[in-house]
Amino acid sequence: MSIEPVEITPADAPGVPLLEVRDLHVEFHTREGAAHAVNGVSYTVDAGETLAVLGESGSGKSVTAQTIMGILDMPPGRITGGEILFRGQDMLKMSEAQRRKIRGNQIAMIFQDALSSLNPVLSVGFQLGEMFRVHRGASRKEAKAKAIELMDRVRIPAAKERVNDYPHQFSGGMRQRIMIAMALALEPDVIIADEPTTALDVTVQAQVMDLLAELQREHNMGLILITHDLGVVADVADKIAVMYAGRIVENAPVHELYKRPAHPYAKGLLESIPRLDLKGQELYAISGLPPSLTAVPSGCAFNPRCPLATDQCRTEVPPLVQVTEQDGTPITGRSSACHLWKETIHG
Amino acid sequence: MGRYVVRRLLQMIPVFIGATFLIFVMVYALGDPVAALFGDRAPDPATARQLRAEFNLDKPVWQQYLLYMGNIFTGDFGTAFNGEPVTDLMGRAFPISFRLMLTALVIELVLGILLGVITGLRRGRAFDTSILMATLVVIAIPTFVLGTTAQFLFGVQLGWINPAVSPEGRFSELLLPGIILALVSLAYVTRLTRTSVAENTRADYIRTAVAKGLPRRRVTVRHLLRNSLIPVVTYLGADIGTLMAGAIVTERIFNIQGVGFQLYQGILRQNSPTVVGFVVVLVLIFLLANLLVDLLYAVLDPRIRYV
Repeated sequence: MSIEPVEITPADAPGVPLLEVRDLHVEFHTREGAAHAVNGVSYTVDAGETLAVLGESGSGKSVTAQTIMGILDMPPGRITGGEILFRGQDMLKMSEAQRRKIRGNQIAMIFQDALSSLNPVLSVGFQLGEMFRVHRGASRKEAKAKAIELMDRVRIPAAKERVNDYPHQFSGGMRQRIMIAMALALEPDVIIADEPTTALDVTVQAQVMDLLAELQREHNMGLILITHDLGVVADVADKIAVMYAGRIVENAPVHELYKRPAHPYAKGLLESIPRLDLKGQELYAISGLPPSLTAVPSGCAFNPRCPLATDQCRTEVPPLVQVTEQDGTPITGRSSACHLWKETIHG
Repeated sequence: MGRYVVRRLLQMIPVFIGATFLIFVMVYALGDPVAALFGDRAPDPATARQLRAEFNLDKPVWQQYLLYMGNIFTGDFGTAFNGEPVTDLMGRAFPISFRLMLTALVIELVLGILLGVITGLRRGRAFDTSILMATLVVIAIPTFVLGTTAQFLFGVQLGWINPAVSPEGRFSELLLPGIILALVSLAYVTRLTRTSVAENTRADYIRTAVAKGLPRRRVTVRHLLRNSLIPVVTYLGADIGTLMAGAIVTERIFNIQGVGFQLYQGILRQNSPTVVGFVVVLVLIFLLANLLVDLLYAVLDPRIRYV
């Protein structure tokens, strides 16, 4: 039940994506030297669109998100290149005061573990109302009313009675709803959700994901969904960016990727999903481990784990190239960073 | 909450009885107080006998203890050997010591938390390193060295203050002694706050607060500080007792006739009614301060609920 990607350009600047990351480079200073966490990542999100960023831990997907939010710990982190354009304006060139106004207001973030991400000593009503008090100058009373309204909107039962409760008094699913409510509070243009359902029970995961997708549609927001869970992606994403060792290795509309991946890594990920029709057979696993970011293999970073690797893969870094049909017509929204993408997709 | 307080108050009774009995026995073990009263000279047997009878010293220790405790509950803490009721001594000593403690407590609270927050937020910078070294120096140097040096410098050389505090013990006079008394605790509060702040700045909820677009100041004051103060409050609870009773050195240096001074005199002269009486009140203050801190703890951290 995938949705066709809809290209909606923001009304204020035709042709300019809502949020665009351009050739972003981020390093971390470590004792073993510089760890290249993000190496030239580019992606765009438009209003009403969901981009899923897929990758293992250490692939740079969260670091990219934190850089967009401006909450990267610097030091040890360092942005060594690139641009992050919000409505065409480079946020990396903005003053801290300007960025703070965008944060939470126009670009909001949902974190993985709601229990540790909410302040344990402040009531949820206070933490929700704070958004209105700080960004909108609301009074204490108005802020509380807004907090109750938000809790209602994310369907927390008895919001009025629970507004003064503390995070530890809620269940995991309810806490994540509060996180979503907080991100949603000021009706931002973009929401970045960093593994929003990973810490939840499987039964609750679907509820929370559906709620997020529904609210996104309702407010026509751009959503960047960071995940390692291919199951979550299939239902809600429009397009997918697969990341490996700080690079995007494949871009594709979601149904396209599931049907015919154009990168061996994406293919491996898809094949390692348990399937009912293959019950009883051994589950496929990508061999080896993700590389250390201080010692990324030469050539294609995936080459030591790739079943197709050739000598070219071990020496030459594959560029991200347009993926085409067998007859050479380009496929919209598809690119792959593999020397052997043709063999992978068509062979 | 109410039931918790009642239970805590009830728990104080055995602690109170145990503590007083221990003190009573220890003072008793110090030797013959009547002999001490006469100093080097041999006491006149008739006078000694009369004194022993007057202060029940001729009875066995357990009987003395029971008599003493019985009197305490009628508000009679006995009479010091110089004939002055112990309650009169307390009436003079405790207000002064209390003012001294309050001065010290305010200094270590305000300054300690302020320095702790600043150094915690600026780990590894020059300011942090110098404050950290300063706290080590303060902890390492004994109070009597710092106290007498400060007294000599500000009281004698510069003449800014009176080197000795008058028997009234006004707040203005108690400022320097208060600083001296506070110094060691101040160093600990600073270090404790620093560690706590440093730890909490890396917490996920601080990242959330920043991601919400809150101003830096609000992140620090509303989100960071309250979480960081929880361990500091625990420390302060134990410290109130130390400040009250442990002021002996400071009170001696500045000639403050407070609790420490009276206790010191009492021990020196084996004046058991004074020593036991003062310690009894100190034990009570300590217990109440700790109860108060435990209740404050629940106010600061909603995850703690007493039932």
